[in-house]
Amino acid sequence: MNGGVNWTALAVFGFFFVLVTVMGFRAARWRKAAAGEQSLDEWGLGGRSFGTWITWFLLGGDLYTAYTFVAVPAAIYATGAAGFFAVPYTILVYPLIFTFLPRLWSVSHRHGYVTTSDFVRGRFGSKGLSLAVAVTGILATMPYIALQLVGIQAVLDVMGVGGGSSTNWLVKDLPLLVAFAVLAAYTYSSGLRAPALIAFVKDCLIYLVIAVAIIYIPIKLGGFDDIFAKAGHALSQTNPATKKPKGEVVSSAPNHWAYGTLALGSALALFMYPHSITATLSSRSRNVIRRNTTILPLYSLMLGLLALLGFMAIAAGIKVDNGQLAIPQLFSQMFPDWFAGVAFAAIGIGALVPAAIMSIAASNLFTRNIYRDFLRPNATPEQEAKVSKVVSLLVKVGALVFVLGMDKTVAINFQLLGGIWILQTFPALVGGLFTRWFHRWALLAGWAVGMVYGTVAAYHVSVPGQAHFGGSNAPIPGLGEIGYIGFTAFVLNVLVTVVLTVVLRAVKAPAGIDETRPGDYSADAGDPGVQEELPTAAGTGSGAGTD
Amino acid sequence: MSAEPEQGPTERPANPEGGSADTANAAVTPARIAIALCLLAPFVAILWVGSYARTGPTLIGIPFFYWYQMLWVPLSAVLTTVAYRLVQREKARSGRAAQRAAGDGVR
Repeated sequence: MNGGVNWTALAVFGFFFVLVTVMGFRAARWRKAAAGEQSLDEWGLGGRSFGTWITWFLLGGDLYTAYTFVAVPAAIYATGAAGFFAVPYTILVYPLIFTFLPRLWSVSHRHGYVTTSDFVRGRFGSKGLSLAVAVTGILATMPYIALQLVGIQAVLDVMGVGGGSSTNWLVKDLPLLVAFAVLAAYTYSSGLRAPALIAFVKDCLIYLVIAVAIIYIPIKLGGFDDIFAKAGHALSQTNPATKKPKGEVVSSAPNHWAYGTLALGSALALFMYPHSITATLSSRSRNVIRRNTTILPLYSLMLGLLALLGFMAIAAGIKVDNGQLAIPQLFSQMFPDWFAGVAFAAIGIGALVPAAIMSIAASNLFTRNIYRDFLRPNATPEQEAKVSKVVSLLVKVGALVFVLGMDKTVAINFQLLGGIWILQTFPALVGGLFTRWFHRWALLAGWAVGMVYGTVAAYHVSVPGQAHFGGSNAPIPGLGEIGYIGFTAFVLNVLVTVVLTVVLRAVKAPAGIDETRPGDYSADAGDPGVQEELPTAAGTGSGAGTD
Repeated sequence: MSAEPEQGPTERPANPEGGSADTANAAVTPARIAIALCLLAPFVAILWVGSYARTGPTLIGIPFFYWYQMLWVPLSAVLTTVAYRLVQREKARSGRAAQRAAGDGVR
């Protein structure tokens, strides 16, 4: 788009890319307990051995993805205040997971659960419900991986490599293909250890870039007063398509419900995503998780500063058709070339870490809850690990096809739907962690209602230039306010679940076998039966897991 | 639209049939109320959007809307830390009460 290739930036980017590639392959031998052991616990959960700091980096690398870095400021750049919902969203996440993740950790260690679906099957004795949770997880993760590619594409584009202007598709997409081939190779060989190690580099780079950007750019632009004045002026201009202002600097009354429900709904959904759970279960003890909820907010602070870059992009007069390019373009315009390279490397590596964890998480779900539950009940730990490794490759190829074969908006639409969908697994998972009262069939029905409502409602959201999937907000039925579709669907889901549970319990529908005991939910490392679990332990207890 | 009433932050083991739980563990203690309040406060503050949706007072040129929400990041981190300490203390206490040695393998 800028004609030439930015060689200095590209060289710095290349240096960091080679560095993390070497680290990714060497990670296979990092903190390895028993040589030669091949199981899903080893490959897919890093041997469940990570302490507070590694877990912190891993979760940070996992939740604050390249897409986040590009999309959050891009949303501010486009609409102003509404895009800032990402900050309250991440504030609410931590008190929330403080209450339920330690319980999930404990019960998972007692029973060797690798995925959330493992737990749901064990708790409710329902393969159907477990399958619903697994399929939802995989469906929601796939477009997320695809969007990480969009993040890499954006920085490559701004550096003048590949991108839209080139006519030859191979030249255009080659850098992306190389990046993903390398990623796939070290994920295959090192499993979860690779992203855990690379996350160190990623975070150091990100923090450095943000610290510099938040001081250096405002000085160049004449301070925050000027930035917000210019941004306010630009956002109050009328959008020719909608005949309304483009955005606002401070959320106005009609948008409060949307802002709040989007923050809350997203916070509820975040730890339903398979990749967040994978990073959580890889930690060594229950306290590692609790301690992490007290230090993870550091990332939220960074995200808030990053979001402000969106206003700086407006004030700096960045004009891009594709909002995703606003921040890379701002970096390239403001920073000297070599530091722009560092910033682009931060975004690029920020895409590799979550893409690796997400593909591991999705393949764990497939292996445990589709392959083992339905195709091959007697799979050994070695076979499980092998299947997971292969599936992790397929998942990445699928994401690649997604991005290269289809329009980018398809991936973004699916990501939007994915957030709505994944939230519908909340009642089964979190409900199940605290009570056995909900009936498995009621949970399944609630899930189905939430999925259908959310999908249909999102389909009907139209904005000028886009007839369907125009956004994630719609009127809340019976309330007259605009709110997040995912949250409305979630409320419907819970209502259906509660009503049907009352009915099903009244007619004494069979409740399924619960293989967990109350004590399992508060067990900690060192307690009997917590450490020496094998992944096969889940299926062997009392013949549970039959529907 | 408060968060999720079914999720008490206590360590009470889930009861399989949803009936009465183990009374020794289910007791409402001042510490547990404090834990719940620490975890609930961010939800009240953040979801009440009308309380902070304004421009002034600005901080180094940043509108109130933004710096107030960012202020809640460290605030909620402190509250979660307090909750964590209280949980640890509760656990040590109930551990001493039980015959098993307190906090084995916790630290």
